[in-house]
Amino acid sequence: MPISSFRETDLADGALRRFFERLGSQVTARVWRLGFASRFLGYMVLHSGTALRRFPLTIREIYFAGVLSLIIILVSGLFVGMVLGLQGFNTLERYGSSEALGVLVALSLVRELGPVVAGLLFASRAGSAITAEIGLMKATEQISAMEMMAVDPIARVVAPRFWGGVISMPLLAALFSAMGIFGGYLVGVKLIGVDEGAFWSQMQAAVDVREDIVNGVIKSFVFGIAVSWIAVFEGYDAPPTAEGVSGATTRTVVTSSLAILALDFILTALMFTGGNGR
Amino acid sequence: MNRSTIDLWVGVFVAAGFGALLFLALKVGNLASFTTNEIYEVKANFANIGGLKVRAPIKSAGVVVGRVGAISFDDQSYEAIVTMNLDSEYKFPRDTVAKILTSGLLGEQYIGLEAGGDSKMLANGDRLQLTQSAVVLENLISQFMFNKAAEGKDSSK
Amino acid sequence: MHDSNIVEVENLWFGYDPRQPVLRDVSVSIPRGKVVGIMGQSGCGKTTLLRIIGGAHMPTRGGARVLGALTHDLDRDGLYAMRRKMGMLFQFGALFTDMTVYDNVAFPMREHTDLAEEQIHDLVMMKLQAVGLRGAAGLVPSELSGGMARRVALARAIALDPQLMLYDEPFAGLDPISLGVIGRLIRQLNDSLGATSIIVSHDVAECLDIVDHLYFMADGRVVSEGTPQSVRDSREPFVDQFVHGKPEGPVPVNYPAPPYDADLELSGD
Repeated sequence: MPISSFRETDLADGALRRFFERLGSQVTARVWRLGFASRFLGYMVLHSGTALRRFPLTIREIYFAGVLSLIIILVSGLFVGMVLGLQGFNTLERYGSSEALGVLVALSLVRELGPVVAGLLFASRAGSAITAEIGLMKATEQISAMEMMAVDPIARVVAPRFWGGVISMPLLAALFSAMGIFGGYLVGVKLIGVDEGAFWSQMQAAVDVREDIVNGVIKSFVFGIAVSWIAVFEGYDAPPTAEGVSGATTRTVVTSSLAILALDFILTALMFTGGNGR
Repeated sequence: MNRSTIDLWVGVFVAAGFGALLFLALKVGNLASFTTNEIYEVKANFANIGGLKVRAPIKSAGVVVGRVGAISFDDQSYEAIVTMNLDSEYKFPRDTVAKILTSGLLGEQYIGLEAGGDSKMLANGDRLQLTQSAVVLENLISQFMFNKAAEGKDSSK
Repeated sequence: MHDSNIVEVENLWFGYDPRQPVLRDVSVSIPRGKVVGIMGQSGCGKTTLLRIIGGAHMPTRGGARVLGALTHDLDRDGLYAMRRKMGMLFQFGALFTDMTVYDNVAFPMREHTDLAEEQIHDLVMMKLQAVGLRGAAGLVPSELSGGMARRVALARAIALDPQLMLYDEPFAGLDPISLGVIGRLIRQLNDSLGATSIIVSHDVAECLDIVDHLYFMADGRVVSEGTPQSVRDSREPFVDQFVHGKPEGPVPVNYPAPPYDADLELSGD
């Protein structure tokens, strides 16, 4: 077998270089898209007057994003809370602290699971629906038709969906947490037999409104903005074909989920370590 | 799906959401206990506050009577100044002692107040005279070692 | 440049990628009150030209003067003001699928006027009557046939009595009866509204029936123009091939490819 001729090393260099070229161009493409998405967000927020003045438009979107997500949020919240009750009791009992079950369930839900899981469910259900709807409107030229009728589609179609999502998300997260605590109560107190008084009183002593509940609400608000932004942008930017819309819908769910988890880490780091005490 | 049905359901949804938030704040958290009550401020100096944090509880006879409001440093006397927010319901005499205690063996630190016998009560802005600093574990250990060493020398005499 | 021209396109060059122009040096005039057709093969640039007239793209060179203003000079408000005087019919209707027929036609009125609901009701009924679909007011677009959907879209496009109507392939995919109906409607509405209409299409028979003037485009250029009569009689090779649907002529039918026997590997090794 001949030793590597000049041509073979040339090829290897080419492949490596091509790899980096592709990597670089993909990164630039993503950064460019992020910039475009940011301008889109700014434009939409500036032109949200219609969504607010003609509030029934936004109310309609709160219905489609929030009310129609209620079932999955409430049921999931209940199950998550019940599992927390079971698992929490198992572990706490080993250290004789089973009476702290209420604290465990409440803090887990209010600080983390409520905003995060509700956010992920919201992204999958409402976020994907919003992307598909806007994408299909674009593919069937409804967006162009609106433009030609001198109606700004971003103000009329996109902004109400964005604000509908932003308003719905914190409410859904609160309902998730409340349902979860109820689930933990059902399993812990009613099923297993943890003392009811201890369950609630220790919980009340440990859960602080300002630090835990308000921070949880802030998280769900931030997640709501992220998911709604991604959903409306992907829908508006989708190529007007069947593959384009389906790809955009998938991207919404994936990108939203990653964004929620990343933001959760950042917010948790800011809220629950740096801010607490000296 | 006509307008009024949508409006109804959105109204129900928003009401339920706020209800959940209220439930969380009142039944789950401690909103009902402290933020609504009136407080008065009392300062105290400590040589060492250990691991005391802002919003740590202030207890007397085991009952929470206030929360630590602020912690700062006096660079004249090189001592810690703790501002305590006490519930206006509870009055303490001027010669009350404030100690920094630990809940459990290695738990969170809090301030314990032991009431004195003075007829005059603390008012807003007063300063406690008598304080006991936190027990610092390292000092305790080195003291123990020192005592042990001294004992050894005594017994060998 | 005549003032009686609603649309003046002068030496227009355009490409989505400026290095690959889709429109080359296009000049077209649309006189007031006339129905003008723009015809050509798929991909010759006629729909793009229509969109530039509607202000959807910025020309690379040259410009389009519509209703007195250069489309690429207008800011957003100016563009929207211009579009309020225009109506556009999209190829498959582009009706809003989440609204009824009534709400679709009422949409421009509700967005741009302060009329009360009773007045809007009467206007919507008038427009639907003009296209023969007054009874379908309560239906949703998914319940309409293709021809009906396009007629509703037409009613929506004329909702505010526009001065300029743009039609993008209005005859595509319709059955013969609907074809005739739409064609007649386009002509009738143009004349009764006192408007001007531009039709982009490759349906030769219908267009020759209703237009006052025709432009032919190929490869992004205007290659011919004339009245329907002159077009029918034309001996120009492109017009002849196009109008009579001949497979042989200046427009190649086959996609460029290497020689046939090379692909069949008949030439031995």
